[in-house]
Amino acid sequence: MSKIGVFICHCGENISATVNCGKVAEVAGKLEGVAYSTDYKYMCSDPGQTIIKQMIKEKGLDGVVVAACSPRMHEPTFRKACSEAGLNPYLCEMANLREHCSWVHDKSDATTQKAIDIVRTLVEKVKHNKPLSTIKVPVTKKALVIGGGIAGIQASLDIANAGHQVVLVEKEPSIGGHMSQLSETFPTLDCSQCILTPRMVEVAQHPNITLMTYAELEKLDGFIGNFKATIRKKAKSIDEKLCTGCGLCTTKCPTKKIPSEFNEGLGFRTAIYVPFPQAVPNKPVIDKLNCQYYLKGKCKVCEKVCPTGAIRFDQEDELVELEVGAVVVATGFNIMTTSEFPEYGYGKYPDVITGLQFERLASASGPTLGEIRRPSDGKIPEKIVFIACAGSRDPAKGKPYCSKICCMYTAKHAMLYQHKVHHGESYVFYMDIRAAGKNYDEFTRRAIVEDKVNYLRGRVSKVYEENGKLIVKGVDTLLNAKPVEIEVDMVVLASAGVANPGSEELAQKMHISYDAYNFFSEAHPKLKPVETNTAGIYLAGACQAPKDIPETVAAASGAAAKVAILFSQNELSREPVVAVVNRSAPPLYSTCVGCFMCATACPYSAIGEEEIKDRKGNVIKKVAKVNPGLCQGCGTCVAFCRSKSIDLDGYTNEQMYSEVMALLNE
Amino acid sequence: MKLGFYPGCSLTGSSREYNESILAISKVAGIELAEIPDWNCCGATAAHNLNHELSVSLPARNLALAELAEMEELVVPCAACFNRLVMTQRELNENESLLAIVSEKLQFKLKNNIKILNVIQFLEKYVLPQLDELVKKPLNQDVACYYGCLLVRPQKVMKADRFEDPMSMDLIMQKLGAKAIDWPFKTECCGAGFSVSKTEIVGELSGKIVRNAVDRGAKAIVVACPMCHSNLDMRRPAIESYLKRKVDVPVIYITQAIALAMGLTPKQAGLQRHFVPVNLSVTQN
Ligand SMILES: Cc1cc2nc3c(=O)[nH]c(=O)nc-3n(C[C@H](O)[C@H](O)[C@H](O)COP(=O)(O)OP(=O)(O)OC[C@H]3O[C@@H](n4cnc5c(N)ncnc54)[C@H](O)[C@@H]3O)c2cc1C
Ligand code: SF4
Ligand code: SF4
Repeated sequence: MSKIGVFICHCGENISATVNCGKVAEVAGKLEGVAYSTDYKYMCSDPGQTIIKQMIKEKGLDGVVVAACSPRMHEPTFRKACSEAGLNPYLCEMANLREHCSWVHDKSDATTQKAIDIVRTLVEKVKHNKPLSTIKVPVTKKALVIGGGIAGIQASLDIANAGHQVVLVEKEPSIGGHMSQLSETFPTLDCSQCILTPRMVEVAQHPNITLMTYAELEKLDGFIGNFKATIRKKAKSIDEKLCTGCGLCTTKCPTKKIPSEFNEGLGFRTAIYVPFPQAVPNKPVIDKLNCQYYLKGKCKVCEKVCPTGAIRFDQEDELVELEVGAVVVATGFNIMTTSEFPEYGYGKYPDVITGLQFERLASASGPTLGEIRRPSDGKIPEKIVFIACAGSRDPAKGKPYCSKICCMYTAKHAMLYQHKVHHGESYVFYMDIRAAGKNYDEFTRRAIVEDKVNYLRGRVSKVYEENGKLIVKGVDTLLNAKPVEIEVDMVVLASAGVANPGSEELAQKMHISYDAYNFFSEAHPKLKPVETNTAGIYLAGACQAPKDIPETVAAASGAAAKVAILFSQNELSREPVVAVVNRSAPPLYSTCVGCFMCATACPYSAIGEEEIKDRKGNVIKKVAKVNPGLCQGCGTCVAFCRSKSIDLDGYTNEQMYSEVMALLNE
Repeated sequence: MKLGFYPGCSLTGSSREYNESILAISKVAGIELAEIPDWNCCGATAAHNLNHELSVSLPARNLALAELAEMEELVVPCAACFNRLVMTQRELNENESLLAIVSEKLQFKLKNNIKILNVIQFLEKYVLPQLDELVKKPLNQDVACYYGCLLVRPQKVMKADRFEDPMSMDLIMQKLGAKAIDWPFKTECCGAGFSVSKTEIVGELSGKIVRNAVDRGAKAIVVACPMCHSNLDMRRPAIESYLKRKVDVPVIYITQAIALAMGLTPKQAGLQRHFVPVNLSVTQN
C-alpha cells in the first residue's frame, strides 16, 4: 500500500479562481494509497515547499503529487524539495491544473471535477514510479565555431583566451566576413581593416585555435558536451605546408577576368587567388569552377611558376571528424542584390549599386583605391542618390522587418561621399531615420548639418536611364508633399539584410530552429538571446538578424561566456528519462528478438547491438542496446518494438496505462 | 475553335479599329469569337468609385450571360474591362456572402469558373503558335511595346513575373519580325481618365512616354488598351504642347501589327481611324 502525498496549489488566484482547490484536496485525500492531502496558496514558495518536506518526513511518504502549474515551470523545484527531504526526486510528479484546466475553463463544478480527474491519474502513475538517478555525461572541452566573420573571430578568441580549444571553420578562403569589405565604420569612421586585421592575425597565431578555411560543416551528431562534427575541407589544390604565400602564381595565372567576390563584382581576380591582400591565411586556393586546367585539362601555369612546388591538382576534399562539447554558429548574413529590384532596373544599370559595392568603392583597398568612381565609365559622380529601406520594411518584397544597420551606413556613405567629392551633391530618400544607439543620432545629424547631405522623406518609385543619366522618380512627403525627379550619376541601394543562402539546410543539419526569413532563432527573445533551442549550440552575430559590429561583438562575447560556463563543469547531469531494453531470467534473457526495428526508428542513432554470452563466451543472443548518452527519451522505439521489449524510464507502459485506466475506471 | 468575346463599350466606339483588327486576325487564324449576347457595361471606373456592390454586379451579369451561353473561355480585349471582370470573378470566389447577394440580384447561380483572357493571353495561347506560318510581311521596324498599368497589375492577381519590365508583347512583336526596343516606360501611367477632366496631366504623363520611345528610336508604339491608345494618339496635341515639339510616331494596337504582318490591308486593320497617321512605309518595308 503506497503512502502518497497530494499538494494542491492555488497559484495565487490562477487556479483557485475557477477550481475549488479545497474540494480537490478533500477528494484526493480519500483516494486509495493517498496518505496525506492539502491545499495552499503558493506551493512553490518557501513555506509551501516546507509543507511538502515536513509531510514526507512526518508521514513517511513514498510518492508525491504536486497539483499546480506546468511541469516545464516548476518540476525541477518540487523534485529538488523532495530530494532534500530524502525522497528520490523521480517519485515526485506534477499534475498540471493551471494550463490544462483553470486557465482554459470557466469556474464550475465540472472544472473542479476535471482537476480531480487530473490529480487521480497522476496518483495512479506515481504508484508505479521507480526511483531513478540522473545520468552523468562527460564534457568535451573543445568548441566548434562556424563562420569566421567578426562574430566568429570574437567568439573564438574569447573561448581560446579562457583556456579552451577552439576549431574555427570558415567556408571562404579567408576569415574576416563582411567587416573586411567595409571602408570606414560608423559611428566613429575608423577604418574597418585597421581594427579587424590584427584580430584575424591573432586568430591565426593563437595556440588554442585551429583554423579551417575553405571548409564547411558536413554533419553534426550528438548532444551538449558530446557533439560529433564532420567538417568538409574543400580541396584548395595547394599543399599549405609547402606554400610560402609568395603570390607568384596569382600574378601569372592567365584566367584573370573572374568577378571578385571580395570586391562585390566591381573588380576581377584570377582562378588561383587570395581574396584580398590582408587575407588570413594568406595562401591561395584554386577555384576549380574557373581554372583552365580543371575546365579544359590544359594550363598548369601556376604549377610551373611555383618556386616550392606547392600546387596539387589531384588534391581531393577531406572529411575531418571532430569531437566538441559546444558549437557557436556565427555564419552571418547577406544583402539583397540589385537584380531583386524591378523598380530600380532589375540590376541592368551598372551605376545602380548596393551598399556593399559602395563600401568597396570607398575603401582604400578597393578597385578604385578609395576614389568614388562609378562602375560604368569610371567618372566621379557629381550627383548621387542613396535609397534607404530598399527591400526592408516592405511586405511586398517579403521582408517586413527593419534591417537596422542601413540607416546608419547610408549616413556614413553620404558622409564619405561628401568628404571625397567636395563639390558633389548627395540625396538620401528615407522612411524614418532609425539611429538608436550610442552616438548614432549625433552621427546622422552630422551628415545632415555638417556635410550638407539632402535628406528627403519619401520612397523612390522608379529609377531609369535616359541619355547616360539615371532618373530617380520619388516623392518628398514633407513640405507640400510633391513628386520629385532627380537626374543623377549614381544610385546606391541600402538593400535589405537577408539570411545567407543555405542557412535553412545548415539549421536542419544542426537541429536548431530558424524564423520565417531563415535567420536562426534564439531560445528566448529576451532572456536567452545567444542560446538556441538545442542545448550546447549558441548563436553569435548577424546570423540571427541584421546587426551592426558593436552588437555582433557583444553577442559573440556572450556566446563565448556561455561556452566557458559549460566548460567549467567536468560532467553534466542529464534527466534519466531514457529507453531501456528489458532483461529477464534465462533461458530468455530478454524478450527482445533482435529485429532491430527500433534502431532504424531512432532519430538519434542511439540504439546499438549487445551480445548476450554464456560463461564460456559463446554468443547466445543478440539484443538491442540503448546508449543512454545519446538517447533523448523521445519514445519512438517503444512504439516500434513488436515484442514490447523497450520501455521508457519515467514513462513506462505500465505508468501510462495506469494513468489511462484511472480516467476510464471512475 | 470558338471562344466567348466581350468587346465592351470602347471597342464599339472610339476604338473600333481594335475590334476590327481582332476579328480580322482571328478569322485568318481560324478562330471564331462569339460575342456575349446582350452584354452590358463593365462598370468601368465609375462604378467601383461609387458603389462596390454595383461594381461587382455589372461584370457579374456579363459572366452569367457567358455561362448561360456555355462559354468556357472569354476574350476581353479592353484592359480595363478585363481588369473589372477578373477582379469580380476573384472577389466572388473569395467572398461567399457577396456571391449570395449578387446571385440574388441576377437571379442566377454563378459557377464563376470561366477562363478570362486579355488580348495578350489570347494571342499567346491561340495565335502565337500559328504565327510562323501566318506572317507574310515581316515588320522590320523598331517598336516600343507599351503595356500600361492594367495588363500586368494588380501583381497579386496577374502574377506577372517581371511586372516592371514585362516581355510578352515584346516577344510577339519579335515574332512579327520587328525589333522591340528596351525602354523604361513600359508600365508607366498614361494619365488614364484624366483625359477628360485634366487633359494637361495626360499631356505630361503620356508626353514623357512618347518622348522616351521616340528618343530611343521607336518607329511605332504598340499598345493593347483602348485608354492607352486614345491618350497616346488622340491626345497628341496635349502631348505636343507639353513637349513643345512635334512628334509623329504612330500608336498601333498589337492586333493591328499582327494584321499587317499577316498581309491584310491597312483598311482591314483599321489603320485609317487613328488621329496620328500611320505611314505604312514607316511601319513596314
Ligand atoms: C553595406 C554595409 C555597411 C556596414 N557598415 C557598418 C559600419 O559602418 N559599422 C558597423 O558597426 N557595422 C556595419 N555593417 C554591419 C557589419 O557588416 C556586420 O555587423 C558584421 O559583418 C556582422 O558580422 P558577422 O560575423 O555576424 O557576419 P559576417 O560578416 O556576414 O560573417 C559571416 C562569416 O561566416 C562565413 N560563413 C557563412 N556561412 C558559412 C557556413 N555555412 N560555414 C562556414 N562559414 C560560413 C562567411 O563566409 C563569413 O566569413 C555594415 C553592413 C553592410 C552590409
Ligand atoms: S606560387 Fe606557390 S608558394 Fe607562391 S603563393 Fe602560389 S602556391 Fe604558394
Ligand atoms: S535601418 Fe533604416 S534604412 Fe534600414 S530598414 Fe531600418 S529604417 Fe530602413
